[in-house]
Amino acid sequence: MLPGSYYTGLSAVLFVIGVTGVLVRRNPLVIFMSIEVMLNAANLALVGFGAQFGTADGQVLVFFGMTVAAAEVAVGLAIIMAIFRLRRRLSVDDLSAMRW
Amino acid sequence: MTLETGAFWGLAAVLLASSLAVVLTRNLFHSVLYLAVAIVATGGVFLLLDAAFLFGVQLLLYAGGVVTIVVFAIMLTERLVGEGIGQTSRYLINGAVVSVAVFVGVLLFVGQAPLPAARRPLGADVTRALGELLLTRYVLAFELLAVLLVTALLGALYLARTDE
Repeated sequence: MLPGSYYTGLSAVLFVIGVTGVLVRRNPLVIFMSIEVMLNAANLALVGFGAQFGTADGQVLVFFGMTVAAAEVAVGLAIIMAIFRLRRRLSVDDLSAMRW
Repeated sequence: MTLETGAFWGLAAVLLASSLAVVLTRNLFHSVLYLAVAIVATGGVFLLLDAAFLFGVQLLLYAGGVVTIVVFAIMLTERLVGEGIGQTSRYLINGAVVSVAVFVGVLLFVGQAPLPAARRPLGADVTRALGELLLTRYVLAFELLAVLLVTALLGALYLARTDE
């Protein structure tokens, strides 16, 4: 059996890839997919920890995380579509109405 | 255990490459396809960790549901905007610095955690344990999730309505 730290390390690298995408990219849809990558990394870490402790609790949390991710996709994409319909622009830099 | 090691490194390579491609590809449509590959590879890692049920959920919910919705969103926005969607980056250096800082922070934090050195084997029937936990210890969260899903459904319908 591989030590659990392998899985945790893989998950950390994936999470950071997602963070980079959110910070660097300007298209809201790509930012959205980067968030999915981060959620995936978190799920991987949870399954890894659960396997390390030998309980199914980690997998229950992943189940919850997946459901929340699905809800987030539905609402988030609806918001992005609504913004596109109003603005016809593609960069998050244009969406500065709520900036302080 | 060479089988597990080989499968892990193979899946890890696919997972890292496709996740990087999601972030780095210029073509939006290609990034969704890479996202699908990354999601399936994550499911493969779940299988390595004795989470067969989650592998199924991952395929159905993520690869089947989420990816499809994102594909639809991309095709619809391209029609709305009336041109192919390219994409650009900004703040490359700042982003790299913050990402490295987050990575180091995560590693330091996990390094401190009191984790067991060797993995303990899960019980024989993990799916059964999962179902029992969902309906006993985590039953409140489980019910709240149902409420969350209904709310999200209504919210998405409300936001996606046409102005009449």
